[in-house]
Formats: sequence, C-alpha cells, structure tokens
Amino acid sequence: MLNFRVIIFAFALIFGVVFSIPSLMQSESGKKITLGLDLQGGLHMLLGVKNEVAIASKSKSIASSVKYLFDDEEIIFDALKLDEDTGVITFEILDKDDIAKVNKLLKEELEGVTFSENALKYSIQMTAQEIERTKKDAIDQAVDTIRGRLNEFGLAEPTVAKQGEDKILVEVPGIKTQEDEQRIRELIARAAHLQLMAVDEDRIARVNSMSAAEAKSYGNVILSDVNTGEKYLLKGIPVLDGSMLTDAKVGFDENSQPVINFTLNGQGAKIFGDFTAISVGKRMAVVLDDQVYSAPNIRERIGGGHVQISGQFSMEEAHDLAIALRSGSLLAPVYVMEKRSVGPSLGADSIKASSIALVLGFVLVVAFMVIYYGMAGVIANVALIGNLFLILAIMSLFGATLTLPGMAGIVLTVGMAVDANVIINERIRELLHEGKSIVKSIEDGYNNAFTAIWDANVTTLIAATVLYAYGTGAIKGFALTMSIGIMASMLTAIVGTHGIYQWIVPKMDKNRLGYWFGIKGSK
Amino acid sequence: MELFKYEKPLSLMSHAKRFGILSMILVLTSLGLIFTKGFNMGIDFAGGTVIQVQYDQKAPIDEVRNVLNTQEAYKGASVTYFGVDEEIVIKTKTSSKNVGTDIGDQVRELLKDTQGFKEVRRVDMVGAKVGSELREKGLMAMVLAIIGILIYVSFRFEWRFAIASVMALIHDVTIAMGMIVLFSVEVNLDILAALLTILGYSLNDTIIVFDRIREGIRTIKEPDLAGIIDESVTRTLSRTTLTSLTTFFVVLTLFLFGGEIINGFSFTLLVGVIVGTYSSIFVASPILMWLGFSVGGFRAKEAEKLKREKDKEKMRAMYEQGTL
Repeated sequence: MLNFRVIIFAFALIFGVVFSIPSLMQSESGKKITLGLDLQGGLHMLLGVKNEVAIASKSKSIASSVKYLFDDEEIIFDALKLDEDTGVITFEILDKDDIAKVNKLLKEELEGVTFSENALKYSIQMTAQEIERTKKDAIDQAVDTIRGRLNEFGLAEPTVAKQGEDKILVEVPGIKTQEDEQRIRELIARAAHLQLMAVDEDRIARVNSMSAAEAKSYGNVILSDVNTGEKYLLKGIPVLDGSMLTDAKVGFDENSQPVINFTLNGQGAKIFGDFTAISVGKRMAVVLDDQVYSAPNIRERIGGGHVQISGQFSMEEAHDLAIALRSGSLLAPVYVMEKRSVGPSLGADSIKASSIALVLGFVLVVAFMVIYYGMAGVIANVALIGNLFLILAIMSLFGATLTLPGMAGIVLTVGMAVDANVIINERIRELLHEGKSIVKSIEDGYNNAFTAIWDANVTTLIAATVLYAYGTGAIKGFALTMSIGIMASMLTAIVGTHGIYQWIVPKMDKNRLGYWFGIKGSK
Repeated sequence: MELFKYEKPLSLMSHAKRFGILSMILVLTSLGLIFTKGFNMGIDFAGGTVIQVQYDQKAPIDEVRNVLNTQEAYKGASVTYFGVDEEIVIKTKTSSKNVGTDIGDQVRELLKDTQGFKEVRRVDMVGAKVGSELREKGLMAMVLAIIGILIYVSFRFEWRFAIASVMALIHDVTIAMGMIVLFSVEVNLDILAALLTILGYSLNDTIIVFDRIREGIRTIKEPDLAGIIDESVTRTLSRTTLTSLTTFFVVLTLFLFGGEIINGFSFTLLVGVIVGTYSSIFVASPILMWLGFSVGGFRAKEAEKLKREKDKEKMRAMYEQGTL
C-alpha cells in the first residue's frame, strides 16, 4: 500500500533528478553547479589593500581644502604642513582676531576632523571614525572598480568580493592561456592613477643631476618616461587627475598607432582650458601610475576637454588601459597576498581522477550492500542514489561551487550515507533473530535506530557548520557538500526506505529472510 | 551474509587496561613525533609558492634544478616528480613579492627552454601573513567544533559521555597527526579538512555506540556498567565494522585513483577511518568507566526526569479539567 513516506521520497527523488539534470548535462539551461577553479582552471587572487595610501591622500585633500578656504576668506596663515606619518596637519595664523573666523570655518566646512589651537598654532587631525570610513570607502571602491574592469573585459562570471576588513577576493574562472592570465592580473592590480602635470621648465635642464630630495624642496617630483626612460621634472601638484575623466576610448593617431582618447568633465575641461591658455610653449606631461607616457608641447589653448595619450601601445595594451581609466583609479593600491592559478588541463585531469574514484567507490559500496543485505541492501542503494541526486540538486539550486575537496566530500558521503541504513538493517535483523514478525521488526527497528542516527548526524553537522563558518574557499565547499549530504541522507535513509518497506511489506515472506534481509531464519 | 552473529557479549571491558596502554603509547608517540620532527607545513600555512610543471617527456629534474639554481631567489627550491614522470612540482619559500614580478611568469621564462617543457599547470602562491591567518582560523575551527560537540552531547546524554567522546576525538586526531608527521605529508588546507572530517566521522561512530549504551542502561537489567558496555558494543559491532568497511572502500579508491593532488587528503582519511573505528570500540567506552559513570545514578536521574514529566502532564490535565 502506498504511504506518505514513499510519496515524500518519490517527490524528493523527482526533485533531485530534475534539478541535477542541468548540472549533469552541462549543455542544458537552468541552475547549475559551478565548478571550482581547481576543477575548471582559472585564477584566484587574494588582494591586500593599502589603506594607508587612501588615508594619506585624504589628509592631502583636507590640507588643500584648508588652503583653498583660507585663500578664499583672505585669512593670512603660514607654515601649512602635513606630517604624512601621523596625518596631522599644522599651520599658524598671524592675526589673533581671525581665531573666531578660523574656528567657525574649520567647524563648518571640514567634515570628520578634530582641531586644536594653541598660541595661534593650529593642528588638524582626522577623527578615528573618519579614518575607519576612509578605509571602508577605499576597499568598497576598489571592489567596485575591479569588478567594473573585469566586466568590461568581458569575462564569464568573475567573482569580486570583500574579505574581512582589508582584503579582496578575486576569482576568474576559465582562463585559457598564460597571456590572458597576465593581462587580467595587470588589469586588476593597475592603480590607473592618471595625472596631467606641468613640466618645471625653469629647472628641468638640471634634472639629471638633481636628487629626489632637491626636487621635493622645489615642490617638484622627478618621473621618467615609460618607453625611453628620459627623466622629467614635474610640478608636484597636478593640473588635473583622473577623477575628472568621463570617458576613455582607443583611437589611432596619424601613423595608425593606437592611442587613448579621453574626455574630461565640465570642471576638468575648464581647468585644462585655462591651464593650456597660460602655458603655451611649455610642456605638459601625461602621467599614468607615476610614469610619463607623453609630454607634448602646448601650442595653443585646448578647449572641449579632449586629451590624448600616446605611448607606443600595442592594441591590447591600449584596450586594457582604456578599460582601467574608464572604470576609475584605485583609491588605495592593491597587492597580491595569495594567488592560485590552475591551468584548464589540470582541472580536467582532477575531475577525471575524482570521477573514477567516485564511480568505483560507489559501485563497490552498492555491490557490497546487495551481497550483504539482499533486498534490504537494494532498498538502501535506492536511498543512496536518491541521496546523490539530492546533493547535486541542492547544490545546483544554491549555485554552490564544487571544488576538488567538495568532490571528495561527496565520495565520503557515499561511504557514510549507507551508515543510517546499516544501523536500521542491523536493528531489523536483531529483532528478526529474536523471532519478531517482519512488520514488527521493521517498525521497531526504525524506532530504535532513530535516536542514534539523529544524534550522530546532528553532532557531525555541528562540526560541518563550524568548518563552513571558519573555512576558506575549498574547505567551505567541502563542509557544504558534507552538510547537504548528511541532511539528504536523513531524508532518504530514514523517511525514504521506511516508506519503501511499508509499501512492500505485504510481499515479504518470513520463510525467505535470506532473500529479503540476507539472514537465515529465526532461531 | 552475516559477519557477526550475536551469540553472547564479547568481554571487551576486561581488556580495557590493555587497550588503554596501547592508546597511550600511540598518542604519546604521535605527540613525540609532532613535537620533535614537527609538521611539514605546506604553503597554505607557511607561505611560499608551489609550481606544477608538465613536460612532454620524462621531466629533466636535474636540468630544472640547475636552471633554478642560477637565480638567487630560487636557490634551495625543492624539485620533485609529482605522481607521474612527466610532471614535476617546484616548492620555494619565495613569493611574487620577493622577485618583484609574477613568480609564475618568471619560472615559466626560466624553464621554457628545458628539454620537453610543455606548460605551467598550476601556481599557488600564499603570502606569509595569509598563512598565519589561515593557521589561526584552522585551530579556532577545531576548538569551536569540539566545544559545540561537548555542549550537544552533554545536553543529549550526560557530561561524562561528552568528555569521553571528545577524548576519543582528540585521541583519533592526535594519532592521525602523528601519521601525517611520520610520513611527512605536507599540511595544507585540504589536510585540515581531512582532520576535521575525521572529527566528524569518529564522533559519528562513538555516538552510535553511546546511544546503544544509553539504551542499554534503560533496558538491560545488568547493574554493572562494564556488562552493559560489553553488550552494547557487541550489538553495534557489525554496524561499526560494516560502515567502516564501506567508508574504507571509498576512501581507499580515492587514495588509489583520486590523483596526486588529493593524495595527502585521502591518506589522512584512511588513517582516520581506521583509528576512528578502533577508538569508538576500544577507547571511548572505557573512558566512560574511568570517569566514574554510575549506572544507578543515571537511572535515578532518568526516573526523576520521567516522574517530573508525568507530574507536569498530571498538572496540565488537571488544569485543562479545571480542577487546579
């Protein structure tokens, strides 16, 4: 007679089969299990974020706001300095009548800072919350920027996620060649900090004999050309930076060489127009990530905000650079803390090896169960197969990632999933040996076995949950498959097989215990 | 087919001392190995780089060593065959940060002219900082898992059961670690996963036995704990052996056919299955005796619990009838 347990099991089985089809036949549409990087090949990187750079540049911008504000209000001040190590900005005002005005300005116009005044000497500092916020912004911005770059590059399903306070996890599956991998790596890590800087024409003649410290004393920096290595003496405060850029595209110059054309926003265009108007005859350097790409002579005022970088790029370089510029610079530079790259052929080998192990292990267990338990073993095997489908289906629905340890987890689940049925079958056998009827043996067998299976599975689940919470990547995958396997096995082994027994128990014959349960009759 | 036909309980507890001594020796030897020889820490925990290279033919290991030795950064790198003759694996403490460029690119550049070079198949680089973080997290996971188990088992059974099961776990994991040290298996994240699996597996086994003991205390008339344990362990013996066998088959196929990358993982599991089975039969229950678990006390408590429940029911019934 059909019963609710069999019906639940049948539904579970159908559910399992239907939802694992898309994953088993990779061509089908629908939710699929994603293969981990170790199985399909790809690039995994854990990036550290240099927060301190973001904080330093924030302090710099606070310092320039102070200068702008005071100039605007015609407050006379002196010795504006930023200590880059501590982030403390100090200055001195000359007129004590200005104190009230200065205090008001600092309070109303600057956000996230504290300041103190002593004998006309001021010191300004970012608040702890502001520092935290800046750090958080820097990493959030880095995540967005990197994601934007990878999406523009046109890759299938890259993952970019924040990890902890100051790390970013990047996973790019399915990279086919070493060159692609290299390009992607450079694209991700590129700061893409664009600056247009004026050449210090008065002193540049001496650039080759000048030390960095001397350049600094004039408020200048020395940077070199990306191709020729030629040194330039540039004014430290840039005319413009990449934040005023609205678009960057690959174009071609008169010699059909790839160049990058970029467009500035209204404010940028105005500053650029004004600057070129007063700098005719001088040079302006296009600087990207502290390297000079070109330093053309300004022949006339350039309005409209269209600027070009040329620098003997290959087509690919120009393309990647344009992406990086479009998606913005990284507020805080990133560096690679951990990198794992797996070639696609190795991934395929791993799948093959563990599939062989999975199939072999499975066949062994299935055969053993039938030999040992007879029909009871066949029923246990039905539960086992149901279990396998359920794991695949649930993983597909979650969009979970299957990794190599995850596959091992499935293999192990196969070994352990029969456990519940072994416990139940042993209990049934015990009761049959005591001479109980088949119906009674089955019912009591399930009742007696239940607490053991329950307690054992819950404790294992506790371990798996901890593993999931604390694990990274591969371990998480393993914990996930194991947890799903345990839960699925409770359903298939306790509910499913019980239902099957109840369904077919009228057909069971006490004289054929060898066939049904693999034992000789009662004593 | 039947492996064990239940006739009468095996007298296991009378040998408890012997098993105790055996376990002591195994655990102490393992601890000795761990503290003297120490773990062969892989890059996940120690930091460094592993590069797997494939060749068209038998890999020219000496040539590779010579080429690498020309570079300061790669002096002392270990080069070994990996599973088959066509594959080698290079391990070095150096990371991309030290060489100023991507280490994978640099090694490829260095090796591309060696005899029969085909491709770099895998580059794993872990910074030292990440390594120490992973190590802390791994340890934390172990400790938390054990605390969780202690709480659950205390709640469902009794605190002595919890202590005994956790001691059995520590016993198993320690011996597995000892074997890892003995065979110089490289400890990486997957080995940690394997150790945690052993934790789960061995626990599973122990709980099944304990459940039978708990049941035995209620149903078996015997007043003596040793007798109850003997009977319970004997009754679960065929289940324990069977499950261990099926799991063992599967792990063995994984070890034999799962490929080189998963070798350390499957080896650890193999050890774990064997030790886990042994401990759930011969270690966990004697600890229960040793901790002074009293059958009478447990029964009294159970009876008390039952009585309280009955009282509650009576109260509820009275309440519902409005007689309270």
